[in-house]
Amino acid sequence: MTTQRLAAATTPSSLTGEGSSQAAGLASDGRAEPGGRMTGRGASKWVGLCFIAPLIAFLALVYVIPLAGVAEWSVTLPKPGVGQYERLASDPLVLSVFLRTFRICAIVTATSVAAAYAIAYVWVRGTRMQRRLTELCILIPFLISILTRAFGWLALLSNRGLVNSWLQASGLIDSPLQLTYNEFSVILGMTHVLIPFAAFPLASAMRAVDERVLLAARGLGASRLRIFWSVFLPMTASGVIGAALIVFVFTLGFFVTPAILGGGRSIMAAELVYLRMFQSPDWGLGAAVSVTLVVIVGLLMAALFRLARPALLGGAR
Amino acid sequence: MIQRPSPIALALAALVAAFLLAPLLAVIPISLTPARFLTMPNGELSLIHYRELIDNPDWARSILLSLRIGLVSSVIATALALAFALGVWMFQPPFAALLVGFVMLPMIVPPVVSAMILYFFLTSLSQVSEAVGYDTWLGVTLAHVVMIVPCATLLILVALAQVDRRIDLAARGLGASPLQRVVTIILPNIRFGVLTAALMAFILSWEEIGVTLFVTSVNAITLPRLIWMGVHDNIDPAIAAISVVLIVITTLALVGRMLVQRDEPA
Repeated sequence: MTTQRLAAATTPSSLTGEGSSQAAGLASDGRAEPGGRMTGRGASKWVGLCFIAPLIAFLALVYVIPLAGVAEWSVTLPKPGVGQYERLASDPLVLSVFLRTFRICAIVTATSVAAAYAIAYVWVRGTRMQRRLTELCILIPFLISILTRAFGWLALLSNRGLVNSWLQASGLIDSPLQLTYNEFSVILGMTHVLIPFAAFPLASAMRAVDERVLLAARGLGASRLRIFWSVFLPMTASGVIGAALIVFVFTLGFFVTPAILGGGRSIMAAELVYLRMFQSPDWGLGAAVSVTLVVIVGLLMAALFRLARPALLGGAR
Repeated sequence: MIQRPSPIALALAALVAAFLLAPLLAVIPISLTPARFLTMPNGELSLIHYRELIDNPDWARSILLSLRIGLVSSVIATALALAFALGVWMFQPPFAALLVGFVMLPMIVPPVVSAMILYFFLTSLSQVSEAVGYDTWLGVTLAHVVMIVPCATLLILVALAQVDRRIDLAARGLGASPLQRVVTIILPNIRFGVLTAALMAFILSWEEIGVTLFVTSVNAITLPRLIWMGVHDNIDPAIAAISVVLIVITTLALVGRMLVQRDEPA
């Protein structure tokens, strides 16, 4: 999870695409210069390779070849064949895990994008003080480990936690409410993790809104609600789609938060992999679930780049 | 002139902010309980769980291990990412977008799958060498490099995207070698981005748990691994104490940065 957070914070757009064609033109001009003797075409190709190759080789060796190994596990363990994938499609237990995963992911996506929209709005459009305060409220949880945050929810919601202690002290309830180790606490905990991830693309979409359009609507006599509903929201819709896709992709692979707050009861797909690796070993099934997750995420990422490219480029323009 | 948020919008945002901060604040009273299990303090406050952090050598050991792994893996990851990003920026190889996409793989693939892949890699490596395989600090370092290198690459590429190419072209036109261009022209322009990348890489390694959980068992217990055992296997209020310490450090760092940094005009 943690390594993924920068994907939301930084848009991949600025990296390779824009400006490079212009720059390439300049570069070829540069090559024609007489002074560029050290960087003749052939030589520069080899030097460039020396820069790029180490990381590519490292990842190929440590990541991509073992990925093929995991894929191989999924069709060879315990015996060769596609038996594990047939189980994925037919075993009611596995199916219920995938169904629960999709249900929780959908709910978390909706709640975290809605909450992120509210806080991103003030983060972008508030006064200086409001902007600073909301930024702190977004960044502090963002930088704190998901383990600590999951523990915080336990501190808040467990039987002897804050909420139950207060409710009991005030005499509203006699015995503690069961607020943890169920789907409810998993959804709360995951929403908490994903609000900042959704807030970054939403804020960049909101920053791109042309203020003059809002002024025009105001000048024409639209109420605040009307301006928001028929002007601002539609102009940031692409940001909402982008944020929703990012959140959904991230939630699919989630396992630390559900493992702690679900207490082994509301198992999600990623946690199933962990359990099948270390608690009741069935590596073939774990590998097959992994491969399936990669395929689903790959398809969603393809959709993200096709549908929400404008949102990722930071524009509602 | 911007129309500032209405009271309703402010109230909604405040609600979300409270939601975001509530679990972080909740650990403070829990950390002061005198009991040995997770509960609210009942009248009396105690610091025994903070004392436990000092008295039990497991905590210091895992903090030192996390620091060592974080430093080594962030240095390696930043070096690899820097060379790669410079190569892409300076030489503009064919299929640059594809190469960048390839490097981003560990960030896009679900963490649990990355964990499985690295488990496969390190257990295979264990058969070759005991020192760098499964459940060793070098093995964890290798795994962390994989997980943090996309983020470091991304941050350095973003920094490079803001460099004016013409100064590099001028250096090249005047006959500077690629190494000279990197050292005297490009690096001074992106040093802040490289530092940010290294810092972020360190933070990500420092709090990495998903992959670490798969590739360690009893020897290489990093701080998050120790916290995991205290949260998942049995709920230990010492976790509340260490959480308060981590939350306070993060908050101070962010508030400090905000006070130093000048605000952009609005």
